[in-house]
Amino acid sequence: MDHIYETYDVAVIGAGHAGCEAALASARLGMNTIVFVVSTDSIALMPCNPNVGGTSKGHLVRELDALGGEMGKNIDRTFIQSKMLNVSKGPAVHSLRAQADKQEYSRSMRRVLENQERLTVKQAEVSDILVEDGHVTGVRTFSGGVYPCRAAVICTGTYLNARCVYGDTYTYTGPNGLPAANHLTDCLKKLGIEIYRFKTGTPARIDKRSIDFSKMEEQYGDERIVPFSFENTEESVKREQALCWLTYTNETTHDIIRKNIDRSPLYSGNIKGTGPRYCPSIEDKVMKFPDKDRHQVFIEPEGNYTNEMYISGMSTSLPEDVQVAMYRSVPGLENAKIVRNAYAIEYDCLNPMQLKPSLELKAIGGLFSAGQMNGSSGYEEAAAQGIIAGINAARLLKGLDPLILDRSQAYIGVLIDDLCTKETHEPYRMMTSRAEYRLILRQDNADLRLTEIGHDIGLIDDERYERFCLKKKQIEDEIKRLKSTMIGGKAAIQEFLVSHDSAPLKTAVSLGDLITRPEFDYYSVADIDPGRPELPREVCEQVEIELKYEGYITKQLQQIEAFKKTESKMIPENLDYDDVPSLRIEARQKLKTIRPVNIGQASRISGVSPADLSVLLVYMSKFANKN
Amino acid sequence: MKNDTICAIATGATNAGISIIRISGEDAFTVADRIFVAKKTGKKLADRKTHTLTYGNIVSDNEIVDEVLVSVMRAPNSYTAENVAEINCHGGYAVTKKILELCIKAGARLAEPGEFTKRAFLNGRMDLSQAEAVIDLINASNEDAVKNSVAQLSGKLRNKVVALREKILKDTAYIEAALDDPEHMDLTGFTDELSVHVNEEMSEIKDLLSGFENGRLIQNGIRTVILGKPNAGKSTLLNALTGTHRAIVTDIPGTTRDILEEIIVIDGITLNIVDTAGIHDTEDVVEKIGVEKAVDEIENADLCLFVADASRALDDDDRNIIRLLDGKKAVVLLNKSDLSPVLTSDDLKKACNREVISISAKDETGIDIFVEEIKKLFGFGKLGKKEDFYISKLRHKELLENALLSLKEVLKSIDLGMSEDFFSIDLMNAYTSLGSIIGEEIGDDLADKIFKEFCMGK
Repeated sequence: MDHIYETYDVAVIGAGHAGCEAALASARLGMNTIVFVVSTDSIALMPCNPNVGGTSKGHLVRELDALGGEMGKNIDRTFIQSKMLNVSKGPAVHSLRAQADKQEYSRSMRRVLENQERLTVKQAEVSDILVEDGHVTGVRTFSGGVYPCRAAVICTGTYLNARCVYGDTYTYTGPNGLPAANHLTDCLKKLGIEIYRFKTGTPARIDKRSIDFSKMEEQYGDERIVPFSFENTEESVKREQALCWLTYTNETTHDIIRKNIDRSPLYSGNIKGTGPRYCPSIEDKVMKFPDKDRHQVFIEPEGNYTNEMYISGMSTSLPEDVQVAMYRSVPGLENAKIVRNAYAIEYDCLNPMQLKPSLELKAIGGLFSAGQMNGSSGYEEAAAQGIIAGINAARLLKGLDPLILDRSQAYIGVLIDDLCTKETHEPYRMMTSRAEYRLILRQDNADLRLTEIGHDIGLIDDERYERFCLKKKQIEDEIKRLKSTMIGGKAAIQEFLVSHDSAPLKTAVSLGDLITRPEFDYYSVADIDPGRPELPREVCEQVEIELKYEGYITKQLQQIEAFKKTESKMIPENLDYDDVPSLRIEARQKLKTIRPVNIGQASRISGVSPADLSVLLVYMSKFANKN
Repeated sequence: MKNDTICAIATGATNAGISIIRISGEDAFTVADRIFVAKKTGKKLADRKTHTLTYGNIVSDNEIVDEVLVSVMRAPNSYTAENVAEINCHGGYAVTKKILELCIKAGARLAEPGEFTKRAFLNGRMDLSQAEAVIDLINASNEDAVKNSVAQLSGKLRNKVVALREKILKDTAYIEAALDDPEHMDLTGFTDELSVHVNEEMSEIKDLLSGFENGRLIQNGIRTVILGKPNAGKSTLLNALTGTHRAIVTDIPGTTRDILEEIIVIDGITLNIVDTAGIHDTEDVVEKIGVEKAVDEIENADLCLFVADASRALDDDDRNIIRLLDGKKAVVLLNKSDLSPVLTSDDLKKACNREVISISAKDETGIDIFVEEIKKLFGFGKLGKKEDFYISKLRHKELLENALLSLKEVLKSIDLGMSEDFFSIDLMNAYTSLGSIIGEEIGDDLADKIFKEFCMGK
């Protein structure tokens, strides 16, 4: 029997990293919101690696924070080690990564959800999404509770029809033995939504007391910590940091794997789902890269509350006995006691090409989807989609245009555009190489790119916005000052240059020009810059980057301008591709399925040629004239 | 979808009395002004009223290329409804193409097939009933373009481009893999390796470009200057060339300069002999036009023929010429080798550090050997001849030049000590340019390559 309960504006299904952001954004934007979770203990659960951030994922988190998301603040509250990766490289690829105390992370996020105004947390499995006239009207739980709502966001992660496997041991559960959600898929299929089956995996957790760390290399965090959230400072997040360790597999490990490869469900054909190439299992690494005689293994704490250690780099679905032998062949793990076995997990997700760039399903009004449900992998990718889906659900109900970030604005834009436009055959992971304009999309300037938007939307409060405006002004003023401060060939200046192995000046140049010389930076010309004001570190950092890489940045900005032109050529929503003459069949089919929003998006669809685009453009102007 | 400035030859790609190069787009006049100098007035085209004709010269490196009329049509009153400049030049194939190349160098992009018409339509210059026809046109042109870029491309060239792309992609993927997975992969020392690779790739692209240059020479003739001291036998040689072989001798009165060219076709190759009048009259280019002018002529020539006299010892005149040949494609001929030589082949070889071909212009011996030598110099026989895929060739040339430029940028970044992530921007640009030659887009090549080649992730 159905029971009809109170009405909500927005229902969020799932409270993982996508669900939390979606629910918080929706509630913070004034929507009466309910979030369903299979277990309240699994809110913001980190079922796999104990990190937030990493290359390009760190960018996502900082962007999320600039828009007013929670993940950055939450990891700042709960990290136990922090590291900026790629610091020897250019600023575009610097990436922040933190080790989380998993339990603290989850608890802290749970507190945020529970204390959020207008947000209700409900432990229940949603089995049906109710749709009338192509629009969401409510959700029904497995126990028959009906919650009428005007919009819903699916954030079911890896729970839909989940199945965990190692060797020939199967359990029909979600991650960490949590109950799977076994009914929603049927409902979605009935609604005409195309479902994919993906897989991913996780390594074993090992008891810290059984590990011999003397055989491993210690891995420290950074001395100077850069917080994820632009609201925090180095000082406000300072704390004692935990250690990680590095060890390696060897030929013995590889022999064990090769001998038992037929017992891996990945190789025996028992796993049908498509796994991510980025996070290969150790058996994949060994089989696909036979020339590598060793692979790195990082030993990372799951948190301060537990002795469990995460064995990063050795995810597997081999049977238990092989797992034990395999892990114990690694130096330092000879006596390892496995607390939790490694496993692979298969789950249902949807074909993300069914989504609009707002993350609303094309076919069903008011129904949004975010996170691993959309075929992505990773906590950060999930959270980034979650906030966009939450924002857009709220905006839809308010009658506002959706927030769509484009590829030149944010990694979030690249992520969503790739998901909606390119065919995905494996869990999608963010990478810096996927961003065409990465020199502009840096983690250090995420606030400069997105705070304004976050404020306009209503997720960034005035106080934070004013602080941001001040920072922006300080940066602009300082750059202007450096560019207009001319230095001449005075003896003191020339001496300074010579002492820094720099060519003496022939004519007067600005301090800004001098900074572009490879041997100088903003800080090193301080001695010949008496008028320099006292500025916060993050202001100096921006000034330095903007000046130092000006030539490259200008080049990218020109590319962005060209890109924006095609992005602004909107394709009418009611355009019927069958009416467009001369499109090639493949292009017509792809265009019909994906229904790109603009010509730019159309140009990124594989199988749509420049000629097809010309045909489309010609047809569009005819179409526009007709209407 | 792009409103950049485009250019193309608006008349057919054959030798005609007059050819028109059309430039369309916002910067059409700026582009034209970069290569055009109005006679007398010196006025800029950008300052001219719409629908006017301006008389002047197309100039490249201070040298006059052609004497032309340029029409100025301002938006929206033009064929494309954009700013349009049309250069009416003297229809020679070579001259027309040269002007087109100059337009591209000056900032215009070579128009895609049908692009003027497409713009005309998109800018509302055509009525709707013509829309379908435009689509057909675009499609048809596109098929041509595909044929040109894919089918007409010789397998050899295609394979070379594919191989180049593969090399570039591999290095980029290596960098990107390491950037995405810094804890597993180290880029230490990779820059040195990369710079070796990039240099190799650049020299391969330069080879390809010179191949196109040779193709141009096949079609349009080799600008040839004959050098030698008085009485060395230059005119005898010329007569031998024009006499024994079926020769087409056409006097083309230079439209922009007072030099005459004589065109000789020997065994499938065309020589445009420069200043033959001078040779006939005084038998001495250097003497007649002065060393300075000779330097210019040699500079502009594709080929120099140096005729030395075996009956006389090497003198200062010869040595002057030998100096001028430095860095040029040249064939050294030892004439009068039938007589007992005062100057031997070996001596001459030593003096000019080049192969020497002994001929007798009078008896017409050795001529075939020297024709073979010319073919070898220009790599003829390696390339297909006379096929009219001229536009796509120019497109390819442009793309190859873009790729070369991008690779130069990589080297520049390396020199500046930039970090590796900066290299991949230009590496991928080079990859894209090369891809356009063979009609391939990037898609997910890079991500696929990263995953295929490198063991990524934890």
